[in-house]
Amino acid sequence: MKLLTHNMLTSNIIKGVTKGFPLVINPSRVEVQEVDFNPDFITRVLPKLDFTALKQAATQVGHADKLPEALPETADFGEDLQKTLHHVLLQVEVLEGELVCPETGRKFPISNGIPNMLLNEDEVS
Amino acid sequence: MAARDRPEHQAPPEIFYNETEARKYTSNSRMIEIQEKLSQRAIELLALPEDTPCYILDIGCGSGLSGECLTDNGHVWVGLDISPHMLEVAREREVEGDLVHGDIGYGMPFRPGSFDGAISISALQWLCNADKKYHKPHKRLYTFFSTLYACLSRGARAVFQFYPENSAQVELITSQSMRAGFTGGLVVDFPNSAKAKKMFLCLFAGGGHQQLPQGLGTESDSDVKNQAGNSARQRWKDKKSAKFSRDWILEKKEKRRKQGRDVPTDSKYTARKRKTLASRR
Repeated sequence: MKLLTHNMLTSNIIKGVTKGFPLVINPSRVEVQEVDFNPDFITRVLPKLDFTALKQAATQVGHADKLPEALPETADFGEDLQKTLHHVLLQVEVLEGELVCPETGRKFPISNGIPNMLLNEDEVS
Repeated sequence: MAARDRPEHQAPPEIFYNETEARKYTSNSRMIEIQEKLSQRAIELLALPEDTPCYILDIGCGSGLSGECLTDNGHVWVGLDISPHMLEVAREREVEGDLVHGDIGYGMPFRPGSFDGAISISALQWLCNADKKYHKPHKRLYTFFSTLYACLSRGARAVFQFYPENSAQVELITSQSMRAGFTGGLVVDFPNSAKAKKMFLCLFAGGGHQQLPQGLGTESDSDVKNQAGNSARQRWKDKKSAKFSRDWILEKKEKRRKQGRDVPTDSKYTARKRKTLASRR
């Protein structure tokens, strides 16, 4: 699971959970995989990102060192920051571990890089 | 497709797409080709801005064949599927997209406005089935569509290629999607052909008025239609064997066998001409 996906994932499909975001990551195996750098995509996806959640997630998986505290106000980021974002969003991959719902504490296991978001019938609204 | 051949009647998707079935999606070149064609058309119907890499959701991504099409078109995608084996195959194929294991009938576990579009190849008809005693298809469809609506950005499209079993199913699916706030409707490619006919549910998540795209092979030009009609009739004629020929009899016997009737076995004597009385003497 990439951190970009994590930035979009919520547990609000559980009954009674209103926001379910951001999910806490308890990683047990994290890898970095090479992905082609695509500045256009980074620019496009930025407005959708929740940066606080990204920073938090990057800290949890131990790849937050280069990320700034907050994004600069200007639209033009410069290549360095874009590359850092690219690395954190697309190259850092959580292979094993679990996601924890911030409201109910429900755990979603991640195995082989695939988070398992399946629920039981009694958990669904 | 005959009713008994439909995979969704055999087992729930997480059971039906077991290791053997999932393997087919990497080894069977015909299946791969069909999937690719459908995905390409679905992406075309998404009408994404040109030369812009978009963030797309692939619903029922399976082994990631449709996702690879998205990658080829320069998009980044996230795939959601209920079958762990299919996802396993996708991992082995090292697809570029990220994968999530989930049941679309329980809703989309994504933040509002996450995606620029969504595609789904041959997955929607699975939602029309009640595989567990507490499954209610209309409710599952509604949950699916309403949570999907939320996680799409305004003006985004969702394109579903699906194989409806009957018109009631089409009605059920479209009505639930409209209830969830989508606009749009069905796009049917090659509606006059039994084999090439493909259904796409093309939905718009808000964002003003959008024109529903035209299906392929639906030109109103009468000449084209006539030609198509002729060739179809010709093909039908060609397909049928000449009356009373050996092939014709074999076909007939096969048909009856399928109906469960008692039919004599085929042999070299089947459909042999009787000797004339003169030659017997």
